[in-house]
Amino acid sequence: MKRLFASLCLLACSLMASAAIDTYTFDSEAERERYRSLTEELRCPKCQNQNIADSNSPIAMDLRDEIYRMLQEGRSNEQIVDYLVARYGDFVRYRPPLNPTTFLLWYGPFGLLAIGLVVVVFIVTKRRRANVSPSAQALSPAERERLAALLDKKDP
Amino acid sequence: MLLPLAIFLIVAVFLYRGLFLNPSELPSALIGKPFPAFTLPSVKAGEPAITQADLLGKPALVNVWGTWCVACKVEHPVLNKLASQGVVIHGINYKDDTAAARDWLRDFHDPYQLNISDVDGSLGLDLGVYGAPETFLIDHNGIIRHKYVGVIDERVWQQEIAPLYQAMVDDQ
Repeated sequence: MKRLFASLCLLACSLMASAAIDTYTFDSEAERERYRSLTEELRCPKCQNQNIADSNSPIAMDLRDEIYRMLQEGRSNEQIVDYLVARYGDFVRYRPPLNPTTFLLWYGPFGLLAIGLVVVVFIVTKRRRANVSPSAQALSPAERERLAALLDKKDP
Repeated sequence: MLLPLAIFLIVAVFLYRGLFLNPSELPSALIGKPFPAFTLPSVKAGEPAITQADLLGKPALVNVWGTWCVACKVEHPVLNKLASQGVVIHGINYKDDTAAARDWLRDFHDPYQLNISDVDGSLGLDLGVYGAPETFLIDHNGIIRHKYVGVIDERVWQQEIAPLYQAMVDDQ
């Protein structure tokens, strides 16, 4: 069992190691950096929880080639992203644009935060109101008498 | 207190809906746009090059396939059947070995009217293809109207594609 586990681990490591070895040569460090940021920011259409840099699927390899080619042609980051979005849709962007279909995505968290704040304020004011009037919690004379009677009974 | 019940119901509705969603299905960015321009050779030897102009005139299915694609083999008999019923189907042989593709079409029957050979995947890239099989539905003006990712079987054809195709044929 242990050996099986170890070999599975090794297999996983070797897959990871071979995942993103491409032999691209860049003219400058800045261009290499642009290539790196673009492939990390764009999502692989086939294996959807990986970016183009990480994925080992054939389509990701093609897209890496394509991005490299466009960088060599001197296209801007924006042109490259637009080129891919025109073919694969906004889906390929890990940083989605702001448009009516993504409003919920961008502003949803703030909406949830606002709801949370409202709930907190509601709970706090409710508690505070309860604390402000301790007399409401005090016993009435009749109750006090009954309590004394009960205590007396318990302790003969 | 009804709040926990309400939260549970809301979450349950979302999770239930999630059971029937296919996360690997991407909406195509090309719906409503013209079929991308291309000039590519035919899979078959001795036939002239094919361009986007050859796709015009009739509504058609454009099927992206390859001999390396296991699911395409499952889909192939369905395409043969549709072709025999008169449905216009064009094939894009995507990133494939042309000799193997010729053998495939000879051995398993050829349902395609045009056999576009996209060896380096350039047309596939312009179409936003990310696997195979993928099938585009184009109208007689060459506008892409629908895209189906995955194997077209009888059920998919009947429920999803046939009504659209029929409407376009009637429209023409």
